[in-house]
Amino acid sequence: MRVVVDLNRCQGYAQCCYAAPEHFEVRGHEILFYDPAPPDAMRSKIERAQQACPVRAISVEPAGLGEDDRT
Amino acid sequence: MSAVDDPSIVIVGASLAGLRGAEALRDSGYTGPLTIVGDEPYRPYDRPPLSKHVLAGDLRAEATELPQLTAVRAQWRLGQAAVALDRAGRTIRLADDTVLPYRSLLVTTGARARPFPGAGAGLPGVHTIRGRDDAAALRSALAEKPRRVLIVGGGLIGCEAASCCRDLGLSVTLVDPNPTPLARVLGMLVGNSVAVRMKDAGVSFRPHTHVKAFESRNGKVARARLEDGGEIEADLVIVALGAERDARWLAKAGLLADGGGLTCDAACRAMTGEGAPDPHIYAAGDIARWPNPLFGDRLRTVEHWGNAVEQARHAARNMLAGRDDQKAYAHLPAFWSSQFDVNIKAIGSTEGADKIAIVHGSRTSGRFLAVYGRAGRTVAAVSFDEARWLPAYESQIACGAPFPPILDATDQAPIDHFSPGFPAPRLASESADTTERESIHA
Repeated sequence: MRVVVDLNRCQGYAQCCYAAPEHFEVRGHEILFYDPAPPDAMRSKIERAQQACPVRAISVEPAGLGEDDRT
Repeated sequence: MSAVDDPSIVIVGASLAGLRGAEALRDSGYTGPLTIVGDEPYRPYDRPPLSKHVLAGDLRAEATELPQLTAVRAQWRLGQAAVALDRAGRTIRLADDTVLPYRSLLVTTGARARPFPGAGAGLPGVHTIRGRDDAAALRSALAEKPRRVLIVGGGLIGCEAASCCRDLGLSVTLVDPNPTPLARVLGMLVGNSVAVRMKDAGVSFRPHTHVKAFESRNGKVARARLEDGGEIEADLVIVALGAERDARWLAKAGLLADGGGLTCDAACRAMTGEGAPDPHIYAAGDIARWPNPLFGDRLRTVEHWGNAVEQARHAARNMLAGRDDQKAYAHLPAFWSSQFDVNIKAIGSTEGADKIAIVHGSRTSGRFLAVYGRAGRTVAAVSFDEARWLPAYESQIACGAPFPPILDATDQAPIDHFSPGFPAPRLASESADTTERESIHA
């Protein structure tokens, strides 16, 4: 699955890191490092991280989307 | 509906802007045919990680493919650059000679790395960072443990690359014509904070240094020859001199386009040589040079991630709107960069700033928020690990509030302001588009 974080928006609240610690990590004081391509099996955790973000910076590709027009 | 009766909306540039524009068209109810053309063989991918986590080896280059947020139901034409535009016939031609008719066109072709202008730019071991393939090739080369890495250009990309190289334990020299890194983006006062971090991290920063050429040994880059005759040994070179655009195919079709961008009107419509916009051609992202009301309508490109997203959505909205309902696009630029363990974030434009005030934190602590003023107005704010303060200044910058911001409030420590220390503008002879080189963030 595919994920992108708007890092202009991210304020380093790190709620994603609690929801899905394997895929979101704060480095230094406030640098967010995240996995933009987590395994599909992690979807529920990733979506929890998305919902937990207080500034709504995380975008997640809905399941199945993007596959219908694969060339 | 046949293709002839209902030609496609065509998006040229399978980029962040191209994808977000396509989604916005679908979200706005466009159900007709949609074609996305890309010169690279890849679906749209995210560039910011390329000069950071991909170089560091934390992410594979292919992991950067962007999520599709709405089903775009597009026909993808990847691996084929658009090479010609016929505005009268409303068609574009691709590198493989395919001709695509369009109902309207969105140009989101972005920018490419500015090549090193001197001799030796093509030598094995000389890299640039712009695309996925560039980053993957550079990552492989760094994994081979080069003895000495030389980075030419102390902008955002050069500094991020230097940070990654040090994390990998490599010996790194970074050269720049200015006295500090990031001098053109942030000014020398703040740039000096980066210089300090760089030094602490073990980067050899060489200010006031101009590279003339790269020289080889056994067919591979071995050293940089400097303009003063000196040399710097290097078996791997990263050229980070900013971005330029390939807009010749647009200029040939009579649009106002050059290496600095494609000129648009306020509604993101491409301007023609006759002085009127082409109502069927829009542009967004790094390629689009438009009169931003937040910059006093000066024509500028904004080469940042957030603009690619917002401008593409705005252009898509206007593409579907009537000719009497074309809305002007206003944008407050913003960017981020992570390097040497600090999160740098900025909003506004530091261009032409004549004053700076440190309003939170301190430069000695390494965590601070700097506000920039220009002719008595607040124009930009830059955060070093103080990101949560940044949004507080957004509205002040957007409305051009007086600078300095708040002074001498009760119980407030005095805020000093200084000169930000921007280098003198480049001479026209040094660069065809002097204003763009500073804003090189991927």
